Amino acid sequence: MAEVKNKEARIGVFLCHCGTNIAGTIDIEAVKEYAKTIPNVVVADNYAYMCSTPGQNKIADAIKEQNLTGVVVAACTPRLHEPTFRNATAAGGLNPFRFEMANIRDQNSWVHMHQPEEATEKAKDAVRIAVAKASLLEDLVPKSVPVEKTAMVVGGGVGGMQAALDLANAGIKTYLVEKSPTIGGRMSQLDKTFPTLDCSQCILTPKMVDVYRNENIELLTYTEVEAVEGYIGNFDVTLRKKARGVLTPAEAEARGIVGGGCTGCGDCAEVCPVIKPNPFELGMAPRKAIYIYHPQVSPLIYTVDFDACVKCGLCVESCGDKKAVDLDAKDELITVKVGTAILALGYDIYPIEKKFEWGYKNYDNVITSLEFERLICASGPTGGHLIRPSDGETPKKIAFVLCAGSRDNTDTGKPYCSRFCCMYSLKHAHQIIEKIPGAVPYIFYMDIRSFGKMYEEFYYRIQNEGAKFIRGRVANITEDPVTKNLHVNAEDTLLGRPIDMEVDMVVLAAAIQPSAETEKTRRLFGVSCSQDGWLLEAHPKLNPCGTTTAGVYLAGVCQGPKDIPDTVAQAEGAASAASIPIHRGEVELEPYFAQCLEDKCAGCGLCVNQCPYQALSLVEKDGRTVMQVTEAKCKGCGTCGGFCPGGAIWMQHFASPQIVAQIDAFLLGGEQ
Amino acid sequence: MADENWKPKIIAIICNWCSYAGADLAGGARIQYPPDIRAIRVMCTGRIDPLFILKAFQDGADGVLVSGCHFGDCHYLEGNYKAAKRMFLLKSVLKNIGLDDKRLRMTFVSASEGAKWGTVMTDVVKTINELGPSPLKEFAR
Repeated sequence: MAEVKNKEARIGVFLCHCGTNIAGTIDIEAVKEYAKTIPNVVVADNYAYMCSTPGQNKIADAIKEQNLTGVVVAACTPRLHEPTFRNATAAGGLNPFRFEMANIRDQNSWVHMHQPEEATEKAKDAVRIAVAKASLLEDLVPKSVPVEKTAMVVGGGVGGMQAALDLANAGIKTYLVEKSPTIGGRMSQLDKTFPTLDCSQCILTPKMVDVYRNENIELLTYTEVEAVEGYIGNFDVTLRKKARGVLTPAEAEARGIVGGGCTGCGDCAEVCPVIKPNPFELGMAPRKAIYIYHPQVSPLIYTVDFDACVKCGLCVESCGDKKAVDLDAKDELITVKVGTAILALGYDIYPIEKKFEWGYKNYDNVITSLEFERLICASGPTGGHLIRPSDGETPKKIAFVLCAGSRDNTDTGKPYCSRFCCMYSLKHAHQIIEKIPGAVPYIFYMDIRSFGKMYEEFYYRIQNEGAKFIRGRVANITEDPVTKNLHVNAEDTLLGRPIDMEVDMVVLAAAIQPSAETEKTRRLFGVSCSQDGWLLEAHPKLNPCGTTTAGVYLAGVCQGPKDIPDTVAQAEGAASAASIPIHRGEVELEPYFAQCLEDKCAGCGLCVNQCPYQALSLVEKDGRTVMQVTEAKCKGCGTCGGFCPGGAIWMQHFASPQIVAQIDAFLLGGEQ
Repeated sequence: MADENWKPKIIAIICNWCSYAGADLAGGARIQYPPDIRAIRVMCTGRIDPLFILKAFQDGADGVLVSGCHFGDCHYLEGNYKAAKRMFLLKSVLKNIGLDDKRLRMTFVSASEGAKWGTVMTDVVKTINELGPSPLKEFAR
């Protein structure tokens, strides 16, 4: 490692006004004058926007003119502009890692807006702390590592499918991992899509076929992510291929069964004696213990539900010479190597029975919107005839409860807007007007959020078709025990009157929440989440597809509620982002590696077990045992460096003398 | 102790991925908190050598805050567990040398918990104000 040149340090300090974001609170001139008095500082300057071209030029020019050895910019946060100013530092001819940032906006001027004097003092301290570190920084060279030319998409809904197709069509071998036996996701459960009213299946199934046929996509259905190791460019992902009990034609051929494997004929399900509720139909239709969700599944391969199967063997018999059914199948673990990964984990419906006042699961005729989708769908359990669950009659008067669990700050609700419920409820209203003569939809809403392209026009159209809109949140719903009709109690806030409306059926536009496997999967990939469990993007505006884990990207609702067009758009964005490192062929890793100071190392090996990445090992060198770092494995957390009892580990860019200098600079006022 | 002008000197050593991001988020949301704490960024709380904290107290710090990711959420898998163990041990050391162990605090603030960061800041300053200047202050320097 480079020798620390403390004595010769020549530091330039650059203060950013960020318009009035910083300068409106902090006295920049005072901080600048103070900065000039800090040891090692040879120049201090300020500018309205340091991140702009003139601001960056100031840095580069000063490096050359003043022969600087280090640069400090006091501005926003390194999480936003450290790369920017590192580039500016490099433009001045200095190693980019000789740059240090003082956060005087996000963690100062913005959080002490009413205490300008204290904020100014804090900014002086922050600059002093940063100068202390900058004085000890050394030249570092990022490590380039090759990128595996394969990608993975986790989740086979419309977002995951789109991302996989884009990657595959860009020439990248892509693994599409889906936990259920078929791809298609939530969209395949929908009847029609707003505002165009085209049939969801009709636009989705061709895409499912494209995915299945694409030579660059390896489709892994009924498969879950078990473990993730490695880093951008070199992820080793362990997958659990759950025991399906049915062989594909390819698998059958591999076992020497000529012309065998599942053709999707369904003879097995015909004879299977076990009947279970079909989760695809939300339990409103039966399936057998050997099943497909619906006729359009992709791949068209049956699956054995081993929890339900009684192993009678009738399916094996009925399959005959195809020999596709294997009731002794076991889970299989496989490991694949990928360069980048996209998470498209989707959503679940919030368990709306938690809002007990609306009686879902207590009252037969209170259903969720997703159940409505299946009931109104021509391929659904009723062949598209909307019926009341209590008596099979056709409902005429239907209430729609919007924001059911969304925009709800109580313990049993979700604070966010689920974003597509307004629009699909308008679509539902249209569908019942269209399908059931004389039927009237009553929509109880808080606000109608019809913000997308052609959405507002769709809203007007539904109003004109005769849907009734009542602005008010439904307080409670009660059931007439004889007729099973429902009484909806609400306040019409436009008329200022309470309402008690008797209806035949209630449809709850239930909130959505992250899918059940989101939490487990995000932890495997090291992705953060917001308080509601939605996955956290690298930057809400400027990097909405990326995450803080390099090489892992987000698509669709798992990042936050969004409708189909937005999901597909984000999926295409994520696919583009995920393809960049692969097409470049190599990535640079931040060189925050651990280094062994061999003269101090006693070879005790305590650090070896501290490392979560097995990057450290003991080796014999010049007749003694010392620790050795495998840089490609080291991620720079510094856990070993925080532990070494001999102080023999040098954490590049976060070395002990650098951190101690920061502590001293704050507490001892900069005097060494 | 009766020094009217005394203001607590508190240092926070926080991880890049969760607590530093949470602190930035507090800024974005304009959550206001007392300006007495100075933060130093490390990549992971696992980096924090207990000696850094002892050095801070030796230098005259009235309080030290260590803040990282929630358990199970560490960007580096388990650095925060190791940090928590070390802080637990260090607290007992502090107690044994006669320093109130409330002067050292470890918290877990995620990248999405801007509001919580504000609460932590306010609470740490309140605690240190109640404890008064560090008894080690006289030895400092």
